[in-house]
Amino acid sequence: MISIYARRRSVDVTSKILMGAATAIGVFFLFWILWTTLKFGVAGIHWDLFIKDTPPPGTNSFGLRNAFVGSLLLLSISLLIGVPVGMMGGTWLAEYGFRSRTANAVRFINDIMLSAPSIEIGLFVYAVMVDPMGHFSALSGSVALAVLMIPIIVRTTDEMLSLVGSDMREAAVALGAPNWVVITKVTWKAARAGILTGILIGLARITGETAPLLFTALNNQFFSKDILHPIANIPVVIYQFALSPYSNWQQMAWAAAFITVLFVLVLSLVARWFLGKVQVPK
Amino acid sequence: MSESDVVSGIEIRPMSERPKSVGRSWHLPADFFFHKAAVFAAFLVAGVLFATIIAIAFDSRTSIHAFGIWKFLKSSEWNPVTQTFGAFPFIIGTLVSSAIAMVLGVPISFGVAVFIAEIAPVWIKRPVAAAIELLAAIPSIVYGLWGLLIFAPVFARAEPWINDKLGAIPGIGLLFQGPPMGIGMLTAGIVLAIMVLPYMSSIMRDVFLVVPSSLRESAYAMGATTWEVAWNIILPYTRTAVIGGIFLGLGRALGETMAVTFVIGNSNTLSSSFLMPGATIPSVLANEFTEATTKLYVSSLIYLGLILIAVTLIVRFLAVLLIRRLGRREGAAA
Repeated sequence: MISIYARRRSVDVTSKILMGAATAIGVFFLFWILWTTLKFGVAGIHWDLFIKDTPPPGTNSFGLRNAFVGSLLLLSISLLIGVPVGMMGGTWLAEYGFRSRTANAVRFINDIMLSAPSIEIGLFVYAVMVDPMGHFSALSGSVALAVLMIPIIVRTTDEMLSLVGSDMREAAVALGAPNWVVITKVTWKAARAGILTGILIGLARITGETAPLLFTALNNQFFSKDILHPIANIPVVIYQFALSPYSNWQQMAWAAAFITVLFVLVLSLVARWFLGKVQVPK
Repeated sequence: MSESDVVSGIEIRPMSERPKSVGRSWHLPADFFFHKAAVFAAFLVAGVLFATIIAIAFDSRTSIHAFGIWKFLKSSEWNPVTQTFGAFPFIIGTLVSSAIAMVLGVPISFGVAVFIAEIAPVWIKRPVAAAIELLAAIPSIVYGLWGLLIFAPVFARAEPWINDKLGAIPGIGLLFQGPPMGIGMLTAGIVLAIMVLPYMSSIMRDVFLVVPSSLRESAYAMGATTWEVAWNIILPYTRTAVIGGIFLGLGRALGETMAVTFVIGNSNTLSSSFLMPGATIPSVLANEFTEATTKLYVSSLIYLGLILIAVTLIVRFLAVLLIRRLGRREGAAA
């Protein structure tokens, strides 16, 4: 009898230690990655990064201005495309579709799109935009990023609108408000913290995306604001500079990675803060 | 319909059956257009999935004509100079690197999920869960940068040891032989394991929390240890969703591009050792796409993408299906 207890106890203690160790491994890698990014990133930060364009190979100067501007442009256009489509899609699911068969099918497909590898989306946009247009362009890059962010916004919008109590909707309807006013002025407003969380998470997801941009926006060594032509952007610059033999290019890759990670982490934290404000009705 | 009614639980959304039209509201064109815009957006979202498959299949037509299906899959010659293309090394590379990631990642993810859901004291739970989730927020390009410039040199120092110890074992020893370069299949698998860890563990943790506390408490009342509760009560209850979570991680690993491209070494020839460089479908796409000059070359690369989509789509379909099944059973029991 005693031996059974002893065995069970030892199994239990061993498993707890192993699981604690598994968690420690995960946290360890997080800090390792964050720490190296911080260390090399801060070392690579240079004022010239923000005011000069990417230098040609072989020279010893620094600059990422064109890539920062390009990335901001790409992200802004994807927000312009992704937020309305994602919000309207989520609104349809929550307000019009409910739990109908069609709505559930759309939710299912949306969940599949949610975990789609970004490279597939890159290839898709290459096939429908870059190939017909004949050249890479910032616009197609933005479309690819928007396609990646839309499922996230659809899902959070759907979930957050479903949390809004129906008493509010009924009150508005009873006052004679047409459906679209009920949705835009009552339910969207009630769910705004949650919807904003979804948008921020979507933005965080696409900020560092590189693979789809290789097939769409590509890169540009020069400063450009033309959305119909290739544009410089941070992720592709990191990719190309990291694999280069020049030490100043590698330093710039680290600095760019550091700024990207910082931006994504701040977005995630703000998103978490907004999520905390979402009231879950009981 | 009866089944899907159970899914979301009527109690959560009691009056979601909003009135379809009230008085003159349907006469307002704004209402009409708002509704149509919402319908359009929702179907656009769903349509992209099908459009992706069709567009990519269409763009790979040149290569499908030239090489057929079976010949492309099993040919291991990838030579842009002679314009002969075969997918075999990349398919194997994708499968092997993901398999390594799963072998390492699944037990660790399970451990993390059980630790957060069952073992950890409350004050440690939240920060640790947040830290693991932050792993998912780090862009894959940063994993690549770290993997190539930081992890690979460290790992290269461990490789002679792996070579000595594991390489000496007859049979599987063949898998662990080669020069200590730090980059290769095994490195890619390890980096992938870290990357999919947060996805798998957060799904597992979420479904563990769905287990009714009555089940858990009864087991503890019977004198079961934490491990016994986790292994014999919680895991059987959540089995399908846990498998779904693993598939979700697998889907991510199969399609991961940037991190793998950095650390796998990008060699188009097949090697028997995990320590040797290889290539996956996404890595060869990222590497060669912008350099592809001929139409057949581009088309063959897109054909590789088509194979990847076919595989990941099945994996993702199963993942979503299995994860949702638990919710269904939960609803049916309530």
